[in-house]
Amino acid sequence: MPKVTIDDIPIEVPEGTTILQAARMIGGDIVPPAMCYYSKLKTSGGYCRTCIVKVEQGSEKDPRPMPKPVASCRTTVMDGMVVRNITSVENLEARAGVVEFLLLNHPLDCPVCDQAGECDLQDLGYGHGAQETRNDFPRREFEPIDIGDKIKLHMNRCILCYRCVKVADQLTDGRCHGVLNRGEASEISTYIEKAIDNDFSGNVIDVCPVGALTDKTFRFKSRVWYTNPIDAHRDCPTCCGKVRLWNQGEEVLRVTARKDQWGEVQDNEDGSPAWICNTCRFEKKHINDWVIEGPSKISRHSVISANHYENALRNIKADTLKMMGAKPHGVKVELGTGALDPNNNK
Amino acid sequence: MGKKLLLKNDHIPGINTLEVYRANGGYSVLEKALKTMSPDAIVEEVKKSGLRGRGGAGFPTGLKWSFLARPEGVPRYVVCNADESEPGTFKDRYLMERIPHLLVEGMIASSFALGARTSYIYIRGEYFYIARILEQAIDEAYKAGLLGKNIFGSGFDHDLYVHVGAGAYICGEETALLESLEGKRGNPRIKPPFPAVAGLYGCPTVVNNVETIAAVIPILEMGGEEYAKIGIGKSTGTKLISASGHINKPGVYEIELGLPVEEFIYSQEYCGGIKGGRKLKAVVAGGSSVPVLPADLILKTAGGEPRLMSYESLGEGGFATGTMLGSGGFIVMDEDTSIVKNLYTFARFYHHESCGQCSPCREGTGWMERILHKILDGHGTLKDIDLLWDIQSKIEGKTICPLGEAAAWPVAAAIRHFRSEFEEYVTHPERIRDIKHYYRLNASGVTAG
Repeated sequence: MPKVTIDDIPIEVPEGTTILQAARMIGGDIVPPAMCYYSKLKTSGGYCRTCIVKVEQGSEKDPRPMPKPVASCRTTVMDGMVVRNITSVENLEARAGVVEFLLLNHPLDCPVCDQAGECDLQDLGYGHGAQETRNDFPRREFEPIDIGDKIKLHMNRCILCYRCVKVADQLTDGRCHGVLNRGEASEISTYIEKAIDNDFSGNVIDVCPVGALTDKTFRFKSRVWYTNPIDAHRDCPTCCGKVRLWNQGEEVLRVTARKDQWGEVQDNEDGSPAWICNTCRFEKKHINDWVIEGPSKISRHSVISANHYENALRNIKADTLKMMGAKPHGVKVELGTGALDPNNNK
Repeated sequence: MGKKLLLKNDHIPGINTLEVYRANGGYSVLEKALKTMSPDAIVEEVKKSGLRGRGGAGFPTGLKWSFLARPEGVPRYVVCNADESEPGTFKDRYLMERIPHLLVEGMIASSFALGARTSYIYIRGEYFYIARILEQAIDEAYKAGLLGKNIFGSGFDHDLYVHVGAGAYICGEETALLESLEGKRGNPRIKPPFPAVAGLYGCPTVVNNVETIAAVIPILEMGGEEYAKIGIGKSTGTKLISASGHINKPGVYEIELGLPVEEFIYSQEYCGGIKGGRKLKAVVAGGSSVPVLPADLILKTAGGEPRLMSYESLGEGGFATGTMLGSGGFIVMDEDTSIVKNLYTFARFYHHESCGQCSPCREGTGWMERILHKILDGHGTLKDIDLLWDIQSKIEGKTICPLGEAAAWPVAAAIRHFRSEFEEYVTHPERIRDIKHYYRLNASGVTAG
């Protein structure tokens, strides 16, 4: 099995593993962020360039460093490879550059965006983004369009990760949307606003890392952090029927697939991804439609887990005590020096 | 007179027809190769010749050919990259227009060497009329039994097709070219796998430039070792140079690699000096994407040696004081040229041609264009120059394909060598609005460069 060292942490991984997967096996801060890669979708990744890493040593046989940063999601490890992610200042700077490019034309309309709170780009912006933009030109603008009666497309927010295109290619029986035009003018669209109509088309919403594809049955109903995520299932003839309900009291505001710690759809027992069908997602909006399993645990998105406010407060208290050391009284603690962890990585 | 290999019969009227081409020795090399040489022997000759890819990257062709995977029962393909779209480069157009049979002959010989039953010429959409010329040549070849079944009785079958692209610069990148050839959107693929392993329709594929494939014929004619004697060092053979800009005799010239740059610009045999006797200001030596060099650095290296037209000599000094031979698009700029305006044109081109697949290039190329536009309009600030520098450094090397670099290098080089000119634009915007300045920078009293 090839042995790879990522940020000085060695790990042995199966043949054909990518650097990103190897990093995820190690876990923690060294995992490169991924905006376009989605392990459940074949040929995804390589586009957004946020997961770039520096390869200091190619392999045991060929120890030369790779001349350019590589996309860790699409580069397979070689035996003896030495990778630097967060231990290379150069790499972090390069990533900050990529984040700047991703945010360059992004409308930053988080206050009115349904994705806010569970948005990968928001997390990335907090982690790597600059305080202010250096772009003084008008941003690129598109009109929001309806693709079908259940899905809304806000092209302004799109980062062209191609995930929804891959979903349509690999999950549904005929793709009728894709990328039109090229360069900066590229957009995800259907020809003449044709509806995306397919049993599994709703999964494009789940894979969208930003708020470009949103669920019209949930739009503007609530901020995600005001809803309670609950795992539930039903006997569905089309899909696995295992979902996450986002409730306010007894009211089901939204149904999504269950996601893992990387923001990807969880696997079924047989290892296949637990995609859900449009009936489960859009039609079953009554609590009696579902068998409730219990509250979902979400550690990935700060604001959602902050829904469990007690947890967040407990964490702050614990961190504060740790910082004060043995002295419990009368020590002034500055907030923002470690006690708060906006991405809730710890 | 330098030695001519590709264009040696260029002056003969009617050389574009099969009859005249054969009367001048055409297809005799192919006949000899098919009848007397084994495919491996041809690859060996190309290796010995030291031929390097003429499309821009300069990768040794023989080595590229030897990388081609040869699994049993899987077809292999040879694809000719005739998507010549680099601003300043028009050598392939000239070659295909004048001597189409040289390319056809080269394609058959290369395909025989690599064991490809089918090959394609992918030509850019704007060269539609050349696609017709090629198709005519291919028709003639089929009729004469030079294509199709059992060529020259050697038992080698081959089919050659011309495919017209839709006019996208990005389809000159080899994997985007293959995608486009397969009928998909021309987005570059993420490598690995390289085309030598999984190219066209997932099969092993070699993609070569028009000039590279054409050069196989003179190599087989004279032998690899003889070919390697032409040129200098690892830059062997002859190269077509598309000379344009402020010179007296723009056009396509075949040079022996190793020719001094000064001779190329000033001798009557080639460019014939700068128009109107003006001074040389800068040269983009290998097509718009390679770094621009000021007059002193293009004529002499930083070490004081005369600069030669070769891969090594032009590359000497790295990007700090050197450039690249690239595809041989030699753009000469005289003392009245505005580097900023020239750079804006390039930046606009790369912005327009970015495929939009990966974020640094999609977002960065447009941003650079807008900043340059702002500077040209007289609204720039000194900070914008630093910002430009920073943006290009964040695009370079972070993209899927080399278009990112192609967009970043000209910006970097222009700021590196001509920063004072950018500052001039920023600090004296009133001079930009001066109509005289619009045409001639020096006329308004501004010292350029």
